[in-house]
Amino acid sequence: MLAVPALVALVFLVLPLVGLVVRAPWRQAPQVLTSPDALAALRLSVLTATASTGIAVVLGVPLAWWLARPGLRFASLLRAVITVPLVLPPVVGGVALFTVLGRSGLLGRPLYEATGFAFPFTPYAVVLAQTFVALPYLVLAVEGALRGADRRFEDAAATLGASPLRTFLRVTLPLVGPGIAAGAVLAWARALGEFGATITFAGNFPGTTQTMPLAVYLALETDPGAALLLSVALLAVSVAVLAALRDRWTRAW
Amino acid sequence: MTRRRTGAVGVLAGLLVAATALAGCGGSGSPAGAPSPGGSSATAVTGSITVLAAASLTGAFDRIGRDFEAAHPGTTVTFSYGSSATLAASITNGAPADVFAAASEKTMQTVSSAGDTASTPTPFVSNTLEIAVPKGNPGGITGLRDFADAGKKIALCAPQVPCGAAAQQVFAKAGITPRPDSYETDVKAALQKVASDEVDAALVYRTDVIAAPGSVQGIAFPEARSVVNVYPIATLTGARNPTAATAFVRYVESAAGQQVLADAGFAKP
Repeated sequence: MLAVPALVALVFLVLPLVGLVVRAPWRQAPQVLTSPDALAALRLSVLTATASTGIAVVLGVPLAWWLARPGLRFASLLRAVITVPLVLPPVVGGVALFTVLGRSGLLGRPLYEATGFAFPFTPYAVVLAQTFVALPYLVLAVEGALRGADRRFEDAAATLGASPLRTFLRVTLPLVGPGIAAGAVLAWARALGEFGATITFAGNFPGTTQTMPLAVYLALETDPGAALLLSVALLAVSVAVLAALRDRWTRAW
Repeated sequence: MTRRRTGAVGVLAGLLVAATALAGCGGSGSPAGAPSPGGSSATAVTGSITVLAAASLTGAFDRIGRDFEAAHPGTTVTFSYGSSATLAASITNGAPADVFAAASEKTMQTVSSAGDTASTPTPFVSNTLEIAVPKGNPGGITGLRDFADAGKKIALCAPQVPCGAAAQQVFAKAGITPRPDSYETDVKAALQKVASDEVDAALVYRTDVIAAPGSVQGIAFPEARSVVNVYPIATLTGARNPTAATAFVRYVESAAGQQVLADAGFAKP
């Protein structure tokens, strides 16, 4: 009985992707996919998504660990705050980043006045926008893993004289390794597909801030065929990376 | 019940007069809508229509929509604003809509050549570009030449969308190579970057500067006159309410509609 809805779900998810592949004008592929703008967009997408994931892991794992601590006050409120970027329309996320990190933002203005540097329209802005939307995925995935882990191992390490940091690095992390890997994969995928916050906060310039989703969106305006091809390319890269990483990471831990 | 019918007849009579007057002006679309069930009348303007319009028309069309609804009780006009090219793509992909008002003739052509326009697209307003700067002009922008200065933060519309195509032509005619920091996907996005003081200048439509909040000021430049964007409007073959769609287009072209558009900064086509 469960096979029917499961099959429907699978078809629902896979069929649009098949549509992309079938409708893409493959004869134009060599020309579209080797154009300097397309290559630059793909390169920028992979680099920024990876950087965002790196930041998300470094900042998100400790946050998840803190959230998962038993007896934390206001835990459900904190969790709700962390979930906000998930429900926020990404464009609003971009505007929100402006108000803080833009040239006339709360932190952005003193920075701009002191150094002449402003985040918007730089690749750093792309990374910030992607981190903003991807971080919650990682935190929630890792927190779930931490809650499922057996705390007694940590307690045992502590009683045996391990420092809190040593316990965290040698006991907790290996315990929740697969959770971190799954969270990182989710975060990377979310960052790679990020559109709204990026185009709002980072703008759109080929080679600097134009990621693949932005290139696809602009190609749709004039050359829908090229947009399909670029989408398939992004799809292929993400599926290849996710498949390769997922297997390796989960096995290594 | 009777009273309502009398009202409808009154509206109808008025409409017939208006339609006859407009037909005399050489209107191209056929006002003969499908006969409504019940055999009451052929051209009762009621029900709802969806109008897809270029983002730059937002303020003026909201006004016109309210005026149209007031002039034709029982009608509801729903607007969807966006980049003309995006709207055109959604129409050719079968988006259900009654009227399309584009910010360029080229964009309208992609819709009409796909066979999706029911009436011949007619120009109804035109628009020129203007430089938009944040209030107080912190970048010290004086004219089009500043767009070539790499030290200034500049936003332009992407060449794929009408305001970007117009900008490209202006720069070509002025012999200036712009150094933008971002190619925005539509004119409102470009203006938003100015309004939030993230760029020193953007090239947008004159009407956008007028419609913008107090945080934006405009700088007219002589080269703008060399490129005039003409806005065409047409009813669509996918219209579910062709009668009201035609009436709306007529209203936009009427003296009342044109006055609202002129107030918003649009010029005659």
